Amino acid sequence: MLIKGRVYLFGDDINTDVIYPGKYLSITTDRGEMAKHCFEAVYPEFLKTAQRGDIIVAGKNFGCGSSREQAATCLKYFGVAAVVAESFARIFYRNAINLGLPVLIAKGIKGFTEHGQTLEVDLVSGAIRNTETGGSMTAQGVPEFVLEILTSGGLIPYLRKKLGIAGQEV
Amino acid sequence: MAKTLAEKILSAKSGQDAKAGDIVIAQVDVAAFQDGTGPLGVRQLQKMNLEQVKARYSIFFIDHAAPSPRKELSNDHILLRTFAEKTGAILSEVGEGVIHQRLVEAYAKPGDVLIGGDSHSCTSGALGAFATGMGSTDVAIGMALGKTWFKIPETYRINVKNSFKPGVFSKDLILYIIGTLGADGATYKALEFDGEAIDRMSMESRFVLSNMAVEAGAKTGLIASDEVTREYLKKRGREKDWTALSPDDGASYERVVDIDAADLVPQIAFPHTVDNTRTVDQAQDIKIDQAFIGTCTNGRIEDLQIAAKILKGKKVAKKTRLIVCPASRDVYLDAMENGLLEVFVRAGGIIMGPGCGPCVGVHEGVLGDKEVCLSTANRNFKGRMGNPEGYVYLASPATVAYSALKGTISDPREVLGKE
Repeated sequence: MLIKGRVYLFGDDINTDVIYPGKYLSITTDRGEMAKHCFEAVYPEFLKTAQRGDIIVAGKNFGCGSSREQAATCLKYFGVAAVVAESFARIFYRNAINLGLPVLIAKGIKGFTEHGQTLEVDLVSGAIRNTETGGSMTAQGVPEFVLEILTSGGLIPYLRKKLGIAGQEV
Repeated sequence: MAKTLAEKILSAKSGQDAKAGDIVIAQVDVAAFQDGTGPLGVRQLQKMNLEQVKARYSIFFIDHAAPSPRKELSNDHILLRTFAEKTGAILSEVGEGVIHQRLVEAYAKPGDVLIGGDSHSCTSGALGAFATGMGSTDVAIGMALGKTWFKIPETYRINVKNSFKPGVFSKDLILYIIGTLGADGATYKALEFDGEAIDRMSMESRFVLSNMAVEAGAKTGLIASDEVTREYLKKRGREKDWTALSPDDGASYERVVDIDAADLVPQIAFPHTVDNTRTVDQAQDIKIDQAFIGTCTNGRIEDLQIAAKILKGKKVAKKTRLIVCPASRDVYLDAMENGLLEVFVRAGGIIMGPGCGPCVGVHEGVLGDKEVCLSTANRNFKGRMGNPEGYVYLASPATVAYSALKGTISDPREVLGKE
């Protein structure tokens, strides 16, 4: 599973209040509406300059703070292709996997790329290539169990497959 | 094999002899949502045609926007009420209190696995439950199936010896620990609090430690179940829920942190991260517009008692507002029967209904631009109290109460240290 996208760079400790403000928590199903509020309060330029297919690259502890799932869903609905960070807060990491938003832990990613450069990320092997500098590095691999959830498109499609639960597409 | 508390509970609940690093499927005893995360969980189950609940307790708490300030949120509350009625889940109504306070008062018990759609679900860890926060879809599936998967975390043991000096509280201890470990210092780990200071601590004070474990990135914050735990459950009419639970001698810890409680002084977390902690003397003279005492961290009776002791017969500073929000209806009643609410009102404060109050910035007490709030809550992120132009500082209830009188961040030892 190869993902290619332009880098949108963030710093350390980007918390869920920053990614998705608490006042919009009542939006739970309207994808377009949720996507409109990514980073709105603190980094409003994201909504103007980021593009579908961008890869968010961040420092340590991305997604720290509240358990709000919308912090992961809003990024997915915006069209963020993957988040690659030095480290993630655990609830965000688990949410992202459950929702099928690819997340990779890559120690050393901070100095590896600049804002606006293009990365190629192989989800299965964890290989990351910077197409502009030609540099390469490897992200931490995900356990097979987790990879299966991610490649199914998230926890619900995964469980549907495993347990034979019927239902509409989520 | 000698086990940590996390290994012990998750082994028992998965039926496997499991150790840190193993992935297990464990039984879920308590699955809980609040009104911010519950509606999404319910909608996910509806889409899957999986409208059922299988945890021992499946509960929806209306606390974050209670009473509701907007029709969209009111409609979400209706969704939760309807789902609860249909499935047999418990509905905790407006006014009953904050999810984490109600969970420890009435539902969680030692040895339980508890999952909650709220990051501070780790609070019940103080009762010896493996309690952790997750996202809506995760909790919804755990609630509906009565089980979920866990990677068993490695454990950091926090040993706290001696006891606090007057004016220093468990809030100061946990702020100090988070300042030391960093906001991501314990990511994916379990914290286990132990030592003389913890042994002597009331349950109310212990809940503060477990509540904030997530602010260091931890999955949960565990405390062994002992006689203090038994007494607490007994007072709540739940003595039969008590069992002794402690880690095995010789259990393996990834890291051990030793702290001398007698060395601690009051701590303040500066904006905009919880690990941005300094001692109170480094914060003197910071003017405060709003003083807030409440939340799942410090809205318990013990907190209101110490605040009332400081505020009794006095008036808050002219340019400072005081907001007091009891964490639950039981805390509210207790404070009312013991005359604490009158102390706050006579001091110039206002009392809010039990719930999350201004903590999350959904309603009640949103800050204006450049305004400063000194709060007993657990989080001070930019925008947390509804305005990215506001500044939130965190401290113990004693520090907040005394600072409300002074109008600037002040050291409560000036009044409490003399005893």
